[in-house]
Amino acid sequence: MERIPILKMGEFLLVTIQVDMHDRLAMTLQEDLMTKIAANGARGVLIDISSLEMVDSFIGRMIGQTAAMSRVLDAQTVVVGMQPAVAITLVELGLALEGVRTALTVEKGMDLLRACVESRMEDVTDDGHEG
Amino acid sequence: MMVTKDERSDIRTEDQVVRVRQMVRQWATELGFSLVDLTKIVTAASELARNTVIYGGGGTFELQELQNNGRRGLRVVFEDHGPGIGDLELAMRDGYTTGNGLGLGLSGAKRLVNDFEIDSRPGEGTRVAITRWK
Repeated sequence: MERIPILKMGEFLLVTIQVDMHDRLAMTLQEDLMTKIAANGARGVLIDISSLEMVDSFIGRMIGQTAAMSRVLDAQTVVVGMQPAVAITLVELGLALEGVRTALTVEKGMDLLRACVESRMEDVTDDGHEG
Repeated sequence: MMVTKDERSDIRTEDQVVRVRQMVRQWATELGFSLVDLTKIVTAASELARNTVIYGGGGTFELQELQNNGRRGLRVVFEDHGPGIGDLELAMRDGYTTGNGLGLGLSGAKRLVNDFEIDSRPGEGTRVAITRWK
């Protein structure tokens, strides 16, 4: 079965979507990501969509859900590299991807991801004092 | 208005939704669409192609290159013989869905194109035509 590769980089997972995904492939990627987050105890996921020439409501929803699901599994998600024409179209379509962290480049995305994970750890430590 | 080129094809499976996107992209590129215009019509076509497969049980799509007073455009027509849409006004509303999508397919696709026509009869099927002018 066709699959999009997921790379492990330390405590992060990295996905580069380089093909025009049909719906089933997008759902498979989502499931694979959740499985890998749990199996590796990953703290963050970076999804590079710079090669995607189109994001419709299905793929947009998959991205939003992936970010929400990772959060439930205690991992942060950053989506990087969205093309300007894709951003314009997506918002006009009616999807603003609220709740999804984005960055322009992989490098900036990695910085953001590290910052998110660190601030999450601080939150946990603070909570710890209460109990 | 003149149709200067057209092509018709079946659309039955999810994988063919990807083919529709690729064909629309190719035709829009040949017409010299800007990247934003191209992305909009490809995205709108993707939404409608999915509807044809999921709600219409498959159907056909037709690409038409148009010319009107020196202006060129691309029209994509989706047709199915599925259950049809009972309440078109409701179906066009943002967030309304009978499936498990976001309910942005029809309303979103309409926002992405210049002309949008929909014709549906319960029990007979649905025909949606979208046009983007250059």
